[in-house]
Amino acid sequence: MRHRAIRPEPLFFELNPRRVRRQGYMLPTLDVPPVEPARVLPANLVRDPDPHFPDIGEMEVVQHFHRLSQLNYAVDEGLYPLGSCTMKYNPRINEQTARLPGFASIHPLQPVAQIQGALRLIWELEEALKTITGMPGVTLQPAAGAHGELTGILMIRKALSTRGDPREVVLVPDSAHGTNPATASFAGYRAVEIASADDGTIDLGALEKMMDDTVAAIMLTVPNTLGVFEHRIVEISKIVHDRGGFIYLDGANLNAFAGRALPGLMGADAMHINLHKTFSTPHGGGGPGAGPVTVSEALLPHLPVPRVVRTGDDYELLWEDPESIGPMRGFYGNFLILVRALTYIRSLGAEGLRTMSDVAVLYANLVRHRLSGAYHLKYDAPSMHEVVFDDSRQARHEVHNTDIAKRLLDYGFHPPTMSFPLIVHGALMIEPAESVAPEEVEAFCDAMLAIAKEAEENPELVKTAPHDTPVGRVDEVRAARDLKVRWMPEDDGA
Amino acid sequence: MHPWVGAGNDDQRHILTLLGLKTVDDLFASIPAEVCTERLDLPPAQDEDGIRKTFAAMANANAVMDSLPCFLGAGVYRHLQPAVVDAVLSRAEFFTSYTPYQPEISQGTLQVIFEFQTLIGRLTGLPVANASLYDGATALVEAVLFSHRVLRGKRNLVVVAETLHPMYRKVLDTYTTAAGIEVVVVPPTDDGRLDPEQVRAAASDRACCVVLQSPNFLGIVEDLPSLADATHEGGALAVQVVTEAVSLGLLAGGGDFEFDVVCGEAQSFGIAPGFGGPHLGFFACADRHVRQMPGRLAGETMDEEGNRAFCLTLSTREQHIRRAKATSNICTNQGLMALAATVWLEAVGGAGLRELAASCLARSEELKRRIAELDGPWRLAYPSSPTFNEFLLLGPGTGPELVDRLAGGKVLAGVPTATWGGSWPDGILVAVTERNSASDIGAFVAALEKLS
Amino acid sequence: MSLPAELLYGRSHEWIRVEGDAVVIGITNYAQDQLGEVVYVELPEVGTGVATGEELGTLESVKAVSEFLAPVGGEVIGVNERLEDEPNLVNEDPYGAGWLVKISGSAEGEDFLDAEAYQQFLEQESG
Repeated sequence: MRHRAIRPEPLFFELNPRRVRRQGYMLPTLDVPPVEPARVLPANLVRDPDPHFPDIGEMEVVQHFHRLSQLNYAVDEGLYPLGSCTMKYNPRINEQTARLPGFASIHPLQPVAQIQGALRLIWELEEALKTITGMPGVTLQPAAGAHGELTGILMIRKALSTRGDPREVVLVPDSAHGTNPATASFAGYRAVEIASADDGTIDLGALEKMMDDTVAAIMLTVPNTLGVFEHRIVEISKIVHDRGGFIYLDGANLNAFAGRALPGLMGADAMHINLHKTFSTPHGGGGPGAGPVTVSEALLPHLPVPRVVRTGDDYELLWEDPESIGPMRGFYGNFLILVRALTYIRSLGAEGLRTMSDVAVLYANLVRHRLSGAYHLKYDAPSMHEVVFDDSRQARHEVHNTDIAKRLLDYGFHPPTMSFPLIVHGALMIEPAESVAPEEVEAFCDAMLAIAKEAEENPELVKTAPHDTPVGRVDEVRAARDLKVRWMPEDDGA
Repeated sequence: MHPWVGAGNDDQRHILTLLGLKTVDDLFASIPAEVCTERLDLPPAQDEDGIRKTFAAMANANAVMDSLPCFLGAGVYRHLQPAVVDAVLSRAEFFTSYTPYQPEISQGTLQVIFEFQTLIGRLTGLPVANASLYDGATALVEAVLFSHRVLRGKRNLVVVAETLHPMYRKVLDTYTTAAGIEVVVVPPTDDGRLDPEQVRAAASDRACCVVLQSPNFLGIVEDLPSLADATHEGGALAVQVVTEAVSLGLLAGGGDFEFDVVCGEAQSFGIAPGFGGPHLGFFACADRHVRQMPGRLAGETMDEEGNRAFCLTLSTREQHIRRAKATSNICTNQGLMALAATVWLEAVGGAGLRELAASCLARSEELKRRIAELDGPWRLAYPSSPTFNEFLLLGPGTGPELVDRLAGGKVLAGVPTATWGGSWPDGILVAVTERNSASDIGAFVAALEKLS
Repeated sequence: MSLPAELLYGRSHEWIRVEGDAVVIGITNYAQDQLGEVVYVELPEVGTGVATGEELGTLESVKAVSEFLAPVGGEVIGVNERLEDEPNLVNEDPYGAGWLVKISGSAEGEDFLDAEAYQQFLEQESG
């Protein structure tokens, strides 16, 4: 198929090259006496006009961003099978509720009498997440999953220090997402890797040996990044708890079992939930997300402040609590993201959430079924919501996972996750998520099969991909060696 | 069935048959029965109409800022909301895409980040800005940990101005407690500003950085050059926090005065107050420190045919590669909010931003002048100190009482300053923006007069 | 690329060249190939004291970071400053212009391989 031409889009700083005054927005008329800034403010601190910050008209603004938008792939365009990232549909009603003026145009420091609806929304989402996880407490404050991890680990740290039992180590499986070890060391712990057994789950023998009184916690992803459920989770929890440690669950993959299983019953002490994964809030090209953390009884006293407290039908904010780890960020969290997540939960209800997980797992297994003949499956344990292949068959023809990814772009699909799990060399981690029609999943599988065939018959075609994208393969080495992270006036000789 | 689940019941049965399974339960056999539940006790599912009603009821239980003359600030401001900002944010190509790890199909997002980095760089006076952080408070935390790394972890002391937003200081405490970094707080002098001599003494040669906010929590503009000198004398890094980003339309960023980091909150650039989030943390530093900088970074490069192209770069600093040795554990950032700020800044323009900031200043000065003329109990706490668009107002009662009583007079007067303690008097922090008309100002003054 | 016979090799893929009381250190062709195109080299400060096996610095490619360790203990007396602007030298000339660090110290008593033994070691590893 032929494509509509796309023009290269100049940078904003290259627009209006004559630097004449245009106007992209009308300011409210100045209906008070003007003030000469340097007479009111210290003159040495007042800036000079910036000749390289152009003014452009509103249509120029709109066209600039419209054209840029045409260079992006998006969930609304097609399957976005990034394993562990869970790229599902972002319902439009979410966008409407989050834009209600009663949510978007309220200030976090208004008197509580003026923000009862907002506090109630927070309280209702807290209740919903407690129910979904079977855990007794939650904070909605963390801004993202990684931030939630840190919040959870800091609560564990506080619980241990309160107990007079500070510890040094956090165990992290070798299959873990990179944020886990980063979080552990950020929180002042030493991250120690624990090996996976042959089926991709935790090696209980290794855990028995490593779990001593220096270990504060183990961070587990359930199902793990191989899409495999940690089926001995209850035994793991018992070993860790018996020796005074805590269980941190990475809830990135909650969408595999929401409505069917409860982390509370698994022995979790803290678990973050990526609202931008399981609960459909948009990824926004890299955020904002939200990473609420649910906690067990043992960590309840240490939840961050401020907290919403309900008395009868009234809601209050508690700003101080000596047992708390303190605030993790400004105010109460990414509130407008919370509005979207509650919208999603209220729309699905208990049954809908269960269907969501069912179809997510069904689709991953459909992919596994279709692709197992052509791609190598390193771990053949049952797959939940995602399935991890590797490129070992294609590597025989010098075609690697990155090449397969770039070739997928030519077929009009976003590639799977490749950067982890580190224990699978050349990983292709595929998560279809539940929202697309089955035909879309099948079409993706068809593309993957076609590429596997190309890898055998015409490997050059795959290795030189993409051939049909707005720009060709981008030189990331050059970007890192000749670092250029801003436009500079000398770029256009100005 | 549900509209957001792509497979209907027949589809599900069809796939099960393909897989040779009887029921979907077979796929969950690896989950031990003892952790399973039959049904969650959640409120019943609602259709779109029901959702609209439920959420409208909650939204309507809040007092919207636009409903009354509004002077709330303290880190969250009500500025222009051009329709183009939300129109661009509503484009699915932006809001339903992921982090641009595949540059060939993400040039839109990547170029936006590159433009955002350049804009923040020009405004702060520092060359390298990242693609955003969670919010102003966590940007400050990252700045402190950054300074600690730049000085190779040898200096475990941070000097912080008391006039840094008190909520930011509390957030900082959470992280420094965990990191084992000591925090020393320097109070302001009688005019609400920092004394460079006190800063010099507190930092000496032990601090990794001095953190100050300008305009500070009390709205007062600090003397950046002398404070940078006082900080650098003992080898510490100078960090400026900005919570009212529009001030950068008139006031030069700390980079112009040798500050090493300028960071803070850019919610003022077109982002809804939204009850505190999502907002937009920003962070800028010098070229020589780029490898210690937290967060994502877009860089310019070429594709194989020599066309200009952008990609994420220096990823080796980040958690997905460096894992336990990463500069930060940040993964998801505030990408869409950075887009909002970029659209807003480009729509407002360079000269427009200056004019907009001057409008805030003029309106704030007008309100200060009118208050100073009042007879009775109302007075400015720091009448002779320079402010941009926010100031501390004292009156007949505590801050929370005054705010409540003025709300009765149909004015959202500001934020009580005693909420988090502090050595300053208890009053109301009043913020004035380009959206406060002369009639808002008149209503404010009239409400004060009534309460005299 | 053939292995220069005048160098000694370590099992973590670094090479050394003894120059009087000092040793020059680099990484082998095999190591640079595994790492991919080097985009940044972090070198120690001259004057730093290091023990055998301690981290000397890091080599970054686009997708990976690897530390290089001191194959002998001593004091850093020189670093390859050209790498600051030309990190690609590590890829293009690993045994020559892509050298990393010079340490005052001796290889005495340390367990190094000669070219032939290192070649065998590589074959076993990839075997």
